[in-house]
Amino acid sequence: MTRLLRSPKIVIGLCLSAVFAIVAIIGPLIAPYNPNASASTTISTPQPPSAAHWLGTTQVQQDVLSQLLVGGRSTILVSLVAGLAATVLAVLFGVTAGYFGGWGDDLLSMLANIFLVLPALPLLIVIFGFLGKGANPNDAVIGVIIAITGWAFGARQLRAQTLSMRNRDFVDSARIIGEKSWRIMSFEILPNLIPVVATSFLFTVIYGVGTYTALSFLGVINTSHWSWGTMLYWAQSAQAAQQVHLEWWWFVPPGVAVGLFGTGLALLNFGIDEFVNPRLRGAGLTGRAARRAGLPRRPQLGLTPVLRSARRAS
Amino acid sequence: MRMITRRIGFYIVTAVVAITVNFFIPRLMPGNPVLAVLGRVQAQESKQAIAALEVQYGVATKTGLWGQYVQYWSRLLHGNLGTSLNFYPASVGGLIRAALPWTVALVGVATVISFVLGTLLGVAAAWRRGSWLDGLLPSMTFFQAAPYFFVAILAVALFATKLGWFPPNSGYDTTTLNPGLDWPFLSNVLDHAVLPALTIVLASIAGWIIGMRNMMITTMDEDYVLLAQAKGLPARRVVGYAARNALLPSVAGFSLAIGFIVSGALLTEIVFSYPGVGYLLFTAIGSDDYPLLQGIFLIITLAVLLANLAADFVYAFLDPRTRQEA
Amino acid sequence: MNSSDILISVRGLCVDYGLGDEAVHAVVDADLELRRGETLGLAGESGSGKSTLAYAITRLLRPPGVITAGSAYFGSSVNLLTAGQRELRGLRWNEIAVVLQSSMNALNPVLSIGTQFSDVLRAHRPDMSRADRRARSGQLLEMVGIPADRLSSYPHELSGGMRQRVMIATALALDPSVVIMDEPTTALDVVTQREILEELMTLRDRLGFAVLFISHDLSLLVEIADSIAVMYAGRLVERAGASAVFRAPRHPYSLGLLSSFPALHGPRQAMEGIPGSPPDLRDMPSGCPFHPRCGYAFDRCRSDPPPPLLELDAGTRAAACWLQDGREAVPAELALTAVDAVSANSGGRA
Repeated sequence: MTRLLRSPKIVIGLCLSAVFAIVAIIGPLIAPYNPNASASTTISTPQPPSAAHWLGTTQVQQDVLSQLLVGGRSTILVSLVAGLAATVLAVLFGVTAGYFGGWGDDLLSMLANIFLVLPALPLLIVIFGFLGKGANPNDAVIGVIIAITGWAFGARQLRAQTLSMRNRDFVDSARIIGEKSWRIMSFEILPNLIPVVATSFLFTVIYGVGTYTALSFLGVINTSHWSWGTMLYWAQSAQAAQQVHLEWWWFVPPGVAVGLFGTGLALLNFGIDEFVNPRLRGAGLTGRAARRAGLPRRPQLGLTPVLRSARRAS
Repeated sequence: MRMITRRIGFYIVTAVVAITVNFFIPRLMPGNPVLAVLGRVQAQESKQAIAALEVQYGVATKTGLWGQYVQYWSRLLHGNLGTSLNFYPASVGGLIRAALPWTVALVGVATVISFVLGTLLGVAAAWRRGSWLDGLLPSMTFFQAAPYFFVAILAVALFATKLGWFPPNSGYDTTTLNPGLDWPFLSNVLDHAVLPALTIVLASIAGWIIGMRNMMITTMDEDYVLLAQAKGLPARRVVGYAARNALLPSVAGFSLAIGFIVSGALLTEIVFSYPGVGYLLFTAIGSDDYPLLQGIFLIITLAVLLANLAADFVYAFLDPRTRQEA
Repeated sequence: MNSSDILISVRGLCVDYGLGDEAVHAVVDADLELRRGETLGLAGESGSGKSTLAYAITRLLRPPGVITAGSAYFGSSVNLLTAGQRELRGLRWNEIAVVLQSSMNALNPVLSIGTQFSDVLRAHRPDMSRADRRARSGQLLEMVGIPADRLSSYPHELSGGMRQRVMIATALALDPSVVIMDEPTTALDVVTQREILEELMTLRDRLGFAVLFISHDLSLLVEIADSIAVMYAGRLVERAGASAVFRAPRHPYSLGLLSSFPALHGPRQAMEGIPGSPPDLRDMPSGCPFHPRCGYAFDRCRSDPPPPLLELDAGTRAAACWLQDGREAVPAELALTAVDAVSANSGGRA
């Protein structure tokens, strides 16, 4: 466990994720203003950051910081729900398909491949487009709908892993004892799949935040429901980036927020990858100790390094 | 060969599923939105237009669901995607046909650049571990995590508004030029395409770099790479051998990636008001232009399926093991 | 013994995995000599360091392997430890060739067999024309009993035995003077194993290359090698002619290995084997690494530093055991001579 924490990627990833978790929980509570409230009706251009508004205001004088904090909860919540729902589906379909095989496996694999190939965003646009802008689905529902397009990748990976484990001895012995299939899958196979499930979950959350932000940006999802994507929608409508006096405080914070959130999760993913596949870690011959011993800075293939002391003596 | 036939069969099934989904979604949504739109449109459009819409959406017709489905298919196979509501009386097919080349050119060129550059950088990063390339990775991760359109907005802000190097929107300067195969027009098009292409490349390249790098590191551990070293082959060849094998998962992953890249490109177009399918889609959303919306969904899906098929061909070419099914 | 006959000479070679305190000492103080045309068998269990030693000599050891001490020379002039990429590349395959253990992984799956022959030819014989390369490749295939039209096949289209033959043929492409074979037949079934070995012996007799044959199967080595070096926990513990090791071992480990496989003839005997298991290289016992499992261990084996290879029988053989240093009484089974060995050809035990 502590070995996990030695990797800088994991530490940074955890810190970033923790920050965003806090924002999700207390964001709306610490927002200084109501994100819908206009501070003034006479000014019609966005105001740069000031003491009253730390991140400036939008065109209609709404506080950007408040929008960021309130929108954060929605964005993070939707992504988490999407990730969770997709992972549950992936585990259900993937492990079952891998374990039982046969025509059920063929069918589920076909289904997964179809969902993998179908371009997700256009499909979601059509779904939400027809759902109508009047409808205001809550975050959980949005998350689940997004999950419908995002479960296939994880399912395929889990199926592959389950297949390779199905013929292992410990599974065979459980079967011979007479354990029920669902028990074997839950208690024998699943614990070994935890790294894959974790990676799949993180990946799907990243997918969720990107997709939700995109859908909000497009205006497909109710634009009065605050999220980081919605902020970008309004900023783009007002052409904030095309103005001569760049209104950066309006569009940079939400974009950076999404980026950092995704980066934190991606770093966690890389960390887990390195943990599971030790070859991806440094080869162990880098660093100051190596250089002091006279080893070349970059290990070269086909040229086993010789310590300087050995080179001199031979 | 058999593998390719199987893949083609699969893509046909997927296309059928997509078309069927496309057919059913409007009918599944609560409070039929089409009725609302029709109500709005009733006053302006002609009787034929309304009748056509009613047929397309199965409103107030006497044919049952199956009949409507069959009609839908027959219209599709005749290349009829319906009539746009917003741009009436323009046909959906015609609108898409005008916008498609812009998107295909942009996405095509940008994706190729991103893939090639990303793969080369990934190989370099793996071969020269511990070099400055490794330091590039965190920032690349950020660009990949940030949404495409945000990178686009940043690009506009920096290169167009602030530095004024490139134009901030449109496919070409509509006020001064007319489309034609002359150099002034083409150079103007290129000028307008740089920022959108740059956005797509920046946002997608990290995936290729990291994927290739990780695969190369795993491949370099393989016995055949050791053997290539033992044979005393020049370094170029050894890297080439490793890369050739490490490339396979990237090509396989290309199919997955193409869906994301296309979605991202659509969003990029919106930021730049680039006259492609993405911008058309945005207009359709804004104006509740359902026929146009659905038509674009179908065309995009078909395009993605075709790209996947192309990637499958390339994979079969690269990996002789797939050519022979046990 | 002409010194120009010595192709590879290794003195005091130490190889570690990793650096500093966490380093694992995979090979300690190895001395080896390979003469022209000689077949040297390198025997030992998994983890004994035999492969590590062979790859380290040729600088092909993968990270985190490091060579920390000692010397290794090719011929009398080439210092293998200080040679640069270019010098090594010139040596590789021209003079020293390698046959890897698993041919399925060692052959590049996306290239045809022909390409994997011609790339070596192209790299080292730039003057050969394409036709010449093709001819030579075909010739190599036929040499190992595979029809030349298989040049266009891919590795996955060949059987395991054929792939291993291809590996051997590739190794001989440039007429090397040394061929290092890392357990070349371990992954094959017994029948194929025998075929391949016989072909190997024929080729060796015909072309006269030296062989460094790595295997855990001592009985195999006894058949094909001229001399055998036995390794245990990274150290060489015995070095002698093949029949000398077989009939009259001097180290308790060799004795144990020999009594671990049954004889085809003679009265039935209870199998002994060696009690215990090889040590964890990160946590080595004090003194001689073998003493926890040795039936003849005494105080000195625990307290003194590990014994070096002690020369015996006028320098014709060596064993790393305190029993052999002249001060102790040697048990009968570790002091056999060739005459006694005739009646004890299953490993010398009463």
